[in-house]
Amino acid sequence: MIAHLPVLQVIVPLMAAPICLLLKRAQLVWLFSLITSGLAFLISILLLQQVMATGVISYELGGWQAPWGIEYRIDKLNAFLLLIISAISTIVLFAAQTSIEKEIPKSKHTLFYVLYLLSLTGMLGIVATGDAFNVFVFLEISSLSAYALIALGKDRRALWAAYQYLIMGTIGATFILIGIGLMYQMTGTLNMVDLSQRLPEVAQTRTVFAAFGFVIVGVCLKLALFPLHLWLPNSYAYAPSIVTAFFAATATKVAVYLLIRFTFSVFGVSFSFTTIPLQTLFMALGLVGIFVASTAAIYQKNIKLLFAYSSIAQIGYMIVGFSMATVTGLTATLLHMFNHALMKSAIFLALAAIVYRLGNVQLSSFHGLGRQMPLTMAAIVIGGLSLIGVPLTVGFVSKWYLLMAIIEQGWWPVAVLILLGSLLAVIYVWRIVEVAYFKEPLANQTPVKEAPLFFLIPIWILIIANIYFGIDTRLSVQVAQSAAMTLFGVTP
Amino acid sequence: MLMGLFNNWIVVVLMMIGLYIVIAHGNLIKKIVGLAIFQTSVFIFYISLAKIDGGTAPILSDNYTLYSNPLPHVLILTAIVVGIATTALGLALVVRIKEAYDSIEEEDIQRQDNLPQDNQVQDSQLLTKNETENKA
Amino acid sequence: MVTAVAIVRMKDLFAVVMLLGLYGLLSASFFVAMDAVDVAFTEAAVGAGISTLLMLVVITMTGRREKAKRHKPLLALFIVIITGGLLIYGTLDMPYFGSADAPNHNHVAPRYINDSMKEIGIPNIVTSVLASYRAFDTFGEVVVIFTAGIGVLALLSVTRRPEDDDDIASHNDSMHERHLVIRIVAKMLIPFILLFALYVQFHGDFGPGGGFQAGVIFAAAIILYAMLFGLSAARKAINQAFVQLIAAIGVLLYGCVGIVSMLNGGDFFDYNVLASDPVAGQHLGILLIEWGVGCTVAAVMIIIFFNFAGRREMQQHSGDKSTQNQESP
Repeated sequence: MIAHLPVLQVIVPLMAAPICLLLKRAQLVWLFSLITSGLAFLISILLLQQVMATGVISYELGGWQAPWGIEYRIDKLNAFLLLIISAISTIVLFAAQTSIEKEIPKSKHTLFYVLYLLSLTGMLGIVATGDAFNVFVFLEISSLSAYALIALGKDRRALWAAYQYLIMGTIGATFILIGIGLMYQMTGTLNMVDLSQRLPEVAQTRTVFAAFGFVIVGVCLKLALFPLHLWLPNSYAYAPSIVTAFFAATATKVAVYLLIRFTFSVFGVSFSFTTIPLQTLFMALGLVGIFVASTAAIYQKNIKLLFAYSSIAQIGYMIVGFSMATVTGLTATLLHMFNHALMKSAIFLALAAIVYRLGNVQLSSFHGLGRQMPLTMAAIVIGGLSLIGVPLTVGFVSKWYLLMAIIEQGWWPVAVLILLGSLLAVIYVWRIVEVAYFKEPLANQTPVKEAPLFFLIPIWILIIANIYFGIDTRLSVQVAQSAAMTLFGVTP
Repeated sequence: MLMGLFNNWIVVVLMMIGLYIVIAHGNLIKKIVGLAIFQTSVFIFYISLAKIDGGTAPILSDNYTLYSNPLPHVLILTAIVVGIATTALGLALVVRIKEAYDSIEEEDIQRQDNLPQDNQVQDSQLLTKNETENKA
Repeated sequence: MVTAVAIVRMKDLFAVVMLLGLYGLLSASFFVAMDAVDVAFTEAAVGAGISTLLMLVVITMTGRREKAKRHKPLLALFIVIITGGLLIYGTLDMPYFGSADAPNHNHVAPRYINDSMKEIGIPNIVTSVLASYRAFDTFGEVVVIFTAGIGVLALLSVTRRPEDDDDIASHNDSMHERHLVIRIVAKMLIPFILLFALYVQFHGDFGPGGGFQAGVIFAAAIILYAMLFGLSAARKAINQAFVQLIAAIGVLLYGCVGIVSMLNGGDFFDYNVLASDPVAGQHLGILLIEWGVGCTVAAVMIIIFFNFAGRREMQQHSGDKSTQNQESP
């Protein structure tokens, strides 16, 4: 059984999805999905342990040796991501049934869980595989289920957001397909390791440059890098709240993973960063993204939109770390993937709880909420502190590593910009805190109770994780650093 | 030499027409059509790189020795299915959008979304057709 | 290419959709010329057939004409020129069309061509690669189509009340009485189409065909029946819950083959361990998964069509009811 873990990681949620369709009662489906996700989480822990101990795991699907067959290849980078995705999925699912009671019509509940599991499957599949075309297939599984999940939102703008995401996402996926085709044409293989060995021979051809371009642009569409981020705010804001909690923490991380995987493991560090001015370009785009998105966040009245823009800014931080092309820089990016997942899922779960009680997330409804829903608001405050990067929270850890990486290279102006970005985050978090704690409830507002336990438990698990991993950073830093070093070819 | 590349260029032009339709046109269905053209031309690209002069379809038979490359065929079969899945989902969204906004032109929808209504009213009172049907 | 340009300029969506169908058919013939017979088959069925059909159904619900103003052509041109430029730049170093010593022909592919008879034992190499060497990709593809089916269900399904059903049924009956000739011809054809679907399903090892194409053809027969005899009659013949069950079972069947392989000591989807003789195991594995594919594809196509058409029926029906209410005093 142990030998089959890599494929089980993806198969368990995959097979669970159609089984959900066959089960009838919604409560049963929820429990079943929760157990499935929990199993996936367990498997990811085992995989991570194994990889940290013995190194890369390779699994041949169909018993055919790569590159004639498809290979699943688990190294430290994707084991880390598998852990993040399955952990968030399980924690979020805990609150799912309660949340969708008020946001999705009862007849669609079973379909919701099927789509959720399919989305989980897609993401796990993208991360676990070592074959480029397989990435495309599972990318589409995760994307299609995402479009449908977003469109289940109550507001009609969810439909429009889902449509825009579909159009942009499909263009991105098709670009990736073009890139894979060009790479295949010049090397004859689809296996990532094989590609990395064969590409250097043809690396100077224009076709390979074009291939690189298409793959990178396609992936950047999916990760919402400025200026290709236009689909994200509306999709996150109008999707059912629990869907946002899941996606905000996972979907873009998977795209960042793809970026890292293709630049480091397939095309190689020297090609990606020296032959092509990727470094300057991505640093610039990352920084612009941070500022534009943070500023946009300050002006939002819809709190979900506010945090959606905040997510785009956080991705900007990850891209800056990536563009440094150093071990510390990459460590910072990987750390931030983990930390941001913890932060954002906590915040969006809290928002989901607020939607459950209040029915909307307009800033004007937050008046006096600090007293009416103390635990939920406290969660948002701590999450916000994490976003800013206050010491003792995980947000601080990633920012610290990022600053270290920048200072290592001596790029002081960039460091200053990063700190300015944090200041902007202070502004938009303060707006919420001010309204929730220092203003009295408006006359026409009905008082509300604290959120139900089903929300509070997962939210606080995540918040405590935020603080725990902010203080005891050994686990996350060790894995991130180790993964970064492997990618650079440095033996730890 | 030019003839060898000519085939590729035609494909590129097709792709660009498809892409252009997706971005430039405001009608939602036209956009999906553009997407379909874009994807189909990518398929044509893959298939043309599989062809070997003098080869035949990759089905083993005693009469032939030279076969065209089967791997791109497999990839494109998968890609076609993915394409139809996307088209179907996209069209389903268009149907729902038409019901909710009574139009499928991008500018109409954006205009309706930006109307200076009280945002609070929009959030709590706007229900999609599904819910009203289920309640009725 | 002429069709593509024409699509850009036309405003009548009906014409656009027809042209798209034509484009699909032309692509399919191109594929045949390129020796890609399986692909041609699938493209013809899916791209020219199902796509066109779905779009037509949607147009009946959303309107035929496109609005005159075309907004942001400049941005579109800008993006298109950059992308196109990058692509053409990329083609300059490509191997020439049709050349036999292009890198992609000499690495992975030769084993498929030379060894597949020995390792798997079926003539259609595309099926060998699709169903065995790269079976996991095909599994993913089945899941993709399953996801689309669920997505369409989630978006478009309507709960029908029994009174509505009877209303619609009688409405349909009266409409269809007029098309007597077509109905009779169809009734004779449909069994043949179904039989052809089964033939394609089984013959995929030896000639172009296999699970996808068979599934689509099977669905086409059912859809034909529904179009001519009314959705309600079709629903009575093929129950919605049953179809969803079949869709799920197809995916599960495919996956179970993999699981059985694991239990027998091999890797996931290693067919060699399914039977005492590896080649027999391959045949068995391929047969089973192609069935899984055929089931899910057929079921999902039916689900998609029924949901689109069903939504349209409900729209018309509620439209009729409101005019009725307005007319009666």
